[in-house]
Formats: sequence, C-alpha cells, structure tokens
Amino acid sequence: MSDSKSNLNVLKKGILKENPVFVSLLGMCPTLAVTTSAFNGIGMGLSTMFVLICSNLVICLLRKLIPSQVKLPCYIVIIATFVTLIQFLLHGFVPSLYTSLGAFLELITVNCIILGRAEMFASKNKPLASVCDGIGMGLGFTLALFLMGSVREIFGSGTWLGLTIPGMVGHTMSLFVMPAGGFFVLGILIAVVSKLSNRKPPKKFGCANCPNASACNAKCEEAEA
Amino acid sequence: MNILTVSPSPHIRSGISTQKIMLAVIAALIPAIIAGTIVFGPRAILMVVFCAMVSIMTELVCCVLMKKESTISDGSAMLTGVLLALNLPVTLPLWQAAVGCIFAIAVVKQLFGGLGCNFANPAITGRIFLLLSVGNDMTTWTKPFYYTDTPALGFFESSGSAALDGLTRATPLASGDAGLLELFLGNVGGSIGETSALALLIGGIFLIITKIISPVTPISYLGSLAAFTFIKVLVTGGNMIEVPYALLSGGVILGAFFMATDYVTTPITAKGKLIFGIGCGILTFVIREFASMPEGCSFSILIMNLLTPYINKFTKTKPIGRKTERRIANEN
Repeated sequence: MSDSKSNLNVLKKGILKENPVFVSLLGMCPTLAVTTSAFNGIGMGLSTMFVLICSNLVICLLRKLIPSQVKLPCYIVIIATFVTLIQFLLHGFVPSLYTSLGAFLELITVNCIILGRAEMFASKNKPLASVCDGIGMGLGFTLALFLMGSVREIFGSGTWLGLTIPGMVGHTMSLFVMPAGGFFVLGILIAVVSKLSNRKPPKKFGCANCPNASACNAKCEEAEA
Repeated sequence: MNILTVSPSPHIRSGISTQKIMLAVIAALIPAIIAGTIVFGPRAILMVVFCAMVSIMTELVCCVLMKKESTISDGSAMLTGVLLALNLPVTLPLWQAAVGCIFAIAVVKQLFGGLGCNFANPAITGRIFLLLSVGNDMTTWTKPFYYTDTPALGFFESSGSAALDGLTRATPLASGDAGLLELFLGNVGGSIGETSALALLIGGIFLIITKIISPVTPISYLGSLAAFTFIKVLVTGGNMIEVPYALLSGGVILGAFFMATDYVTTPITAKGKLIFGIGCGILTFVIREFASMPEGCSFSILIMNLLTPYINKFTKTKPIGRKTERRIANEN
C-alpha cells in the first residue's frame, strides 16, 4: 500500500469505523454538555479539530525528544497552548459561540480524544499520518456533535441552526435539551450507528476488532498470528 | 396399567399465565377508569383507549422490526397504555400521549429486550418522560365535572384551547383546599386515574384477594408515607388531618397498588418488597416535602425500580439445606 493511500485510510477511519464518540466513546463530557444546539456542536467540533490537528503534529514532531516519564505533562502543555489560541480566536471573532461553550472550551485541554490520539497515534507515527489522523478524528467528532446537536435542537427547541422549523412550534419537548435528553439521544445514536455499520459483537473479542489495538502493548495470540 | 411419566420439575403448575395476570390488572383498573370518566368526562375513557391502542401498535411494530414473535397477545402493552393514560391529565394533547406511549414501549421495554427485561416500569417512565418534556401540559389539571358547565371537550381539543380557559385548577397536593371525602371519592383535580381513592382501593383489594399482587408493597408504601407524615406533624405541630391527606391526594394509591407491584421491576421476596415499599414511602415523602415539585410518587417508584436488582441480591433466600460458611467451618 502506498503512503498516500494509507494516509487516506487513516483519515477515513476516524469518521465512521473508529468514530471517537459513537465507537470509542471518548470525549463524552463535551458531547453531552454542549450539544443543546447544532451550531454549538459544530463550533465545539471544529475547535476540538483545530486543537487535535495542531497538537498531533507538534507531539509527533517532538515524539523522540519527549522523555516517556514526563510525556503526559508535555502533552498537556502542548495541547493547552493550542486551546489558549482557539480560545482567543473565538473570543475575538465569534463571541456568541465563546459564551455558549463556556468552560467546555477550556476543557478541550483535558479532552480524552486529544490525549488519546496523542498517546495512541501521534507518538508512534509520521507527521503527515498524524495530521491525517487529527483531521479524520476531528471530522468524526464534529459530525457526531453536529448530529447530536441537530436532534436535540430540532426536538427540544423546534429550530435548526437557529432557523425556526415550521410545524415544530408548540410541539417541542424540553427533555431533549436537558442533560437526561443528551444521554437518551447519545444512546440511541450509538445504537443506530452500530446498526448501520453492521457491527455485530464478535464472539471472541480479539485485537482485530479493538479500536484501541494500536495503543495496546499486550501481545495476544491473534495479534501474533 | 398406569404409565409413569418421568419429567424434570416443576411437576405442579398453576393455571396462571402472563396474559391472565395482565388482564386481571386491567380488570382491576376498570373502577378507576369509570371514576375518571365520571369526574373528567368522556375524553378520559377515549384517552385510555387511545393510549392502549398506541401502545399495542408500538409493541407490534417493535416486534416486527426486531424480527421477534409478536408479544401483543400477552396484554402487557395494553396494560402499559392503560396505566400511562390513567397517569395523564385529561386535557393532554393526543400527540403527547402518543409520544409517551411510544417511549414507554419502544425505549423502556423493547430496546431492553421486551417484557421481563425492562429495567423500570414502562408506564412510570413514560409519565416521567412526558413530565420532563411537556411539563406545562402535564400539570394543567381541569376542574372536576367541568364538562357539565361547558360543552364537553372534544377528542381533538386539548389544553390551550379557548374552551378550557378558567377551568384549570391546581391539584390538591399543591393547593391543599379539598376535603377528605372529596379526595376519597375523587372529586378533585388530577390525573385521569389517580383522583378516586375508592375506585383504586376496590381494584387493589381485588388484586390482593385473587393473589395477583402481594399486599406487602402497598401496605409498606402507604404505611411508611403515613408514618413519616405523622412524625412531621408531631415535629412541626400541624394538623393531624395531614396524614390521611397525604395518603389520599396525588398518585400514591395508584402507584402503591398498580405501579409498585409490577412483577418485573420490583423485588421477588416478601422482605425485598417490604424494603421496596418503605423506600418508595420515604422518597415520596422527601420529594413532596423538600423538592421543588408537589408530587414525587412516580419518581420514587422509578428510583426504587433502579435499586431493585440490589434489593434482590441483598434479600436472596437460602436454599433449604444449604450449609452456611460458619457451619462448614465448624464441621471441619
């Protein structure tokens, strides 16, 4: 397989096959908290994607310099740098989004998708592949948040991206914008994605089916075979 | 010559089946449905029928989609629909009632594996779903016998229509202005099936006599609620009338006899049922007294539903003859 083709695969797998929200169940906190509207979902997704791409690239370039004993603090410092950048950018150019995301924008620093990809992918792969991974995972995260936000906004507020939906006025259910509704929508979307991607739970859970296989150091029988 | 049949246990079977139990519970709810229809007019019985139909249709669709054998004939979906309807105000728009039924059957029951696998009572969860989603419509109570003063509410009219302006009143739990006899007979505002304690008691006693439900849960539920209200009256120096008032107002009697005795989501042993009932009573009292909403019956039953697996584990009976660890240690 040529290098560019494998990079494309790395990019594609983040969107559905290893979708951080629907498959790996990473980054649940922003997924549940900020998706009360589709616009917030997109904003959060794109901010995370920006941080993810940049931090993946920098961590990948520095992977040989960072001693493994202090890699976590180093990762956090790198990630926090980019979070501060995106925070200033949003504050300056999209203040409404900055206000509605609130503390969750700063919490991107400890978003487990970013740390997870740094640990699982960026610290073990080449820069271009790491950027592709960042784009793919970021797109998957944005897509998931956009879907969640759309469902919750349409049923909970009767609008979509701020546009009023005719016929939904007076027929909204406020549960959808409540935290409990977030869990409902997430659970149902995970079930739908799992059904659509036709993933049946394997009888024996081997490394081939494990989205975290690349980060796992345990050598099981199937990995060797 | 007699031929002996060799078969594994059980050898003695009772004639009872899921279908018979469900139909008996529905039969026990008939007095409450009649009382609701008398108090709130013909739309009440239409709501009950509508909810039952929607629930049965949802169950059918779920079974077809999941490629399972249809389970509508066991009557559990119909019972869920009827129970949910009795927990709704009579003026609730039909689409909301339908959403509640679909949620109760599809999400709470079928997605978890159908009857026997649901983690919580579908009707209670459906009611809470509606209460959180459309709280305004769910707490708009009409005056009893409003339909004798004004033209009866049509089937497709609902709260918010002009015909109903000025007819709403608070549930006696919030306002506290109803007499005890009115509460007992059901001449107060509230959900379709919760107002008449008399009708509910007739149904509940029928279920206890026919041994469909155990008397432990309702008695411990109502008893602990009464006890806590009694203590509260002693401490705060209120009027003793608060004790029967707490039992008769709101949905506790409906909850205690028909919801907290669900076979699937409540403990198996008598001891477990006792814990379940007392837990419901405490939670109802706490929610009514200290939380921001006037009624806590459905929430308390839902919370205890979620604790049921742990209660079952805690109250597991010991098989006859099983040696305890201490005895084994002594013998050795």
